[in-house]
Amino acid sequence: MSAPEMARDPKILAFLCRWCSYAGADLAGTSRFSYPPNVRIVQVPCSGRVDPVMIFKAFVEGYDGVLVAGCHPGDCHYGTGNYHARRKLAVARRLLETVGVHPDRMLFTWVSAAEGRKFAEVCTTFAEGLKQFAGRPKTLAREALAK
Amino acid sequence: MARVGVFICHCGVNIAGKVDVAKVTETIGKMPEVAFATEYKFMCSSPGQKLASDAIKEHALNRIVVAACSPTMHLPTFRKAIARAGLNPYLISMANIREQCSWVTEDKEKATEKATDLVRRQVRRIAHADPLEDVSVPVEKTALVLGGGVAGIQAALDIADGGRKVILVEKSPSLGGKMAQLDETFPTLDCSQCILTPKMVEAAQHPNIEIRANTTVKKVGGYVGNFEVTLERRPTCVDATRCIACGLCVTKCPVKDVPDEFNAGLGTRRAIATPFPQAVPAIPVIDQEYCLKFTKNKCGACEKICPAGAIDYEDKGAEETVKAGAIVVATGFQEMSPAVYTEYGGATYPDVLTGLQFERLVSSTGPTEGKLVRPSDGQEPKTIVFVQCVGSRDPSKGHEYCSGICCMYTAKHALLYKHHVPNGQAYVCYIDIRSPGKNYEQFIRRAVEEEDVRYIRGRVGKVQRRDDGRYRVFTEDTLVGRPVSIDADMVVLASAAEPQSDAASLAQTLGISYDADGFYTEAHPKLKPVETATAGVFLAGACQGPKDIPASVQQGSAAAAKVLALFANETLRKSPQVAQVDSSACTGCLTCAYVCHYSAIEEKQAAGRQVAFVVAGKCQGCGACAAACKNKAVTLAQFSDDEVFEEMMR
Repeated sequence: MSAPEMARDPKILAFLCRWCSYAGADLAGTSRFSYPPNVRIVQVPCSGRVDPVMIFKAFVEGYDGVLVAGCHPGDCHYGTGNYHARRKLAVARRLLETVGVHPDRMLFTWVSAAEGRKFAEVCTTFAEGLKQFAGRPKTLAREALAK
Repeated sequence: MARVGVFICHCGVNIAGKVDVAKVTETIGKMPEVAFATEYKFMCSSPGQKLASDAIKEHALNRIVVAACSPTMHLPTFRKAIARAGLNPYLISMANIREQCSWVTEDKEKATEKATDLVRRQVRRIAHADPLEDVSVPVEKTALVLGGGVAGIQAALDIADGGRKVILVEKSPSLGGKMAQLDETFPTLDCSQCILTPKMVEAAQHPNIEIRANTTVKKVGGYVGNFEVTLERRPTCVDATRCIACGLCVTKCPVKDVPDEFNAGLGTRRAIATPFPQAVPAIPVIDQEYCLKFTKNKCGACEKICPAGAIDYEDKGAEETVKAGAIVVATGFQEMSPAVYTEYGGATYPDVLTGLQFERLVSSTGPTEGKLVRPSDGQEPKTIVFVQCVGSRDPSKGHEYCSGICCMYTAKHALLYKHHVPNGQAYVCYIDIRSPGKNYEQFIRRAVEEEDVRYIRGRVGKVQRRDDGRYRVFTEDTLVGRPVSIDADMVVLASAAEPQSDAASLAQTLGISYDADGFYTEAHPKLKPVETATAGVFLAGACQGPKDIPASVQQGSAAAAKVLALFANETLRKSPQVAQVDSSACTGCLTCAYVCHYSAIEEKQAAGRQVAFVVAGKCQGCGACAAACKNKAVTLAQFSDDEVFEEMMR
């Protein structure tokens, strides 16, 4: 994506758990809370289904940011899936840094089925934050080289 | 070779108003996987569904994408439709171009672009999907009903009358719930206990109902049709199998100053007590916090007098595990404490009562045996002020929602007051009057027009206790636009109905969700009012939101109908979204078994070595194992790596 285009609307891939966050995104729709159009939602049964490989693949694929949202702690439909996700994705974040992708390009958060407004806000704020990377090379090493 | 049929819904103007549907159809039609693409005004309508099933035959389609609303809404509808046309029901995917696109995107061009992209992704994804068959599991035809209030009793009775076993679990010593505490009920003024206690007795005597009093849920395992629930009975120190409910122990107990919960804190009870005379079961319970045997290790009066030898100070409570095919949650509500409203003195002034306290005060089984007098001096209140919306419709200090029942019960209280004190004056300070039930508005009219209850529109600012022991209520009359003050002998606060304090922890134990206020969330606000998102768990009564008695009873019966429908099946069809292990790729590390919340993964021997194996009946399809497997030997049906990758590719 060209720099000006990204400055307008960064491409975001959002993995949303079916029970809480996907329903939260649906509620954002029902309530007509708009958010940036370049968010692409992939439904997963549980945030615990999100494999770190999916995150890395998303960056290889050219997304500017990856969002993973699950049920609030204690609310997981599957009991503990969101905790597995939290631990796994904390490691994935560090790995991102290791391979040179800025860790702020990934966001893991909780969105409940009642939080339509929060979902729209998370998307908007995340997209705003990603704009700082507009025009910058994807990896930190390339960025350092460019300087 | 995939031959995908794509159907793009206008949803009236909901989608077509923002998305250029014709353009999306044209673009998608050019994809190599797509054999047929069309658009239609309402895909969920029966002509819409027919359009899809006809096209399947005409164009030999073997995969379907419907681009419409959220799959949560209509995926089951379209699965059935394509199954009728002979296609495997899992070879369909939905692109959510309404909730995720037309409703949240302002720019029309961007919305069209996004919709096209969303459909394209689902086409690629479904092209990689395999046909799946439902998993079949047996059904345990016993229902567990949590909560013995009127909603729970109704659900239990209806299920039991339908010929199925019920275990009715109640946290407190007796069935009855909030309704047992009420004096009379609106809009008919029939006596609450007179209509409730026969139902309590019926439940206790029903051959299909087992009651577990003083019991809570500790753990819930399993899934629809096959729940395994651990129940925990707290120590009551009275052996229910021996007790003959003679009540001698209660009369002999020397500790008489225990605050009485059943009377909402008005009056006192003994340290061993049954909550109220008509309690079911009528077995007394020892309150260890006050009993001298536990506080000072003396007394023992109840043990000495008991003719049945039922007193057991060593009782440590008990745990049991029961099997149930369905669970009805009917745990009710609690009255909000008015303590945060210090300006009203609800927790400090003796004659400022909550609605429930007033209810007990006028009840013939209450602390004054139905004599309406001031707790402070025993005098009859000549003037009384009812304050509505204390904690309701007040996001700053209480709850944002309307509790729904207070307008009606306040009118009832005012009428009861007038019946106790015919020459007294009752005032009601209200914001709005909400009375949308059968004969409800007439009931309010009766209070205003026939009984001379004065309604003053305005929110009360302050209740001040005067030196002479009376109370000055400062409010305003917004209809004439001036401040008003009333000197009263008693003030009653219509305290909000709120979720039980343990509602969230029970929800987590059950794996159901709750809303921002803490009430349990129904599966659909209009069309699935008593189901939860968790199959086999149903809701009834005020745990789902504040409700009056008729609505609670309706939900009790509705939940029972759902349970009976479930139990009408010998086996249940369960979603094929389960994990599967490719034993040739499995290293036998069993990381998958470690992350499995349902103990659904076992080890087995294959080709002379240990590998993981998924028990399909237990698997709930969360996919934690698939994400954890380092060798990618675990595949979750419907959410395989391939399917997810195809969908996320740009």
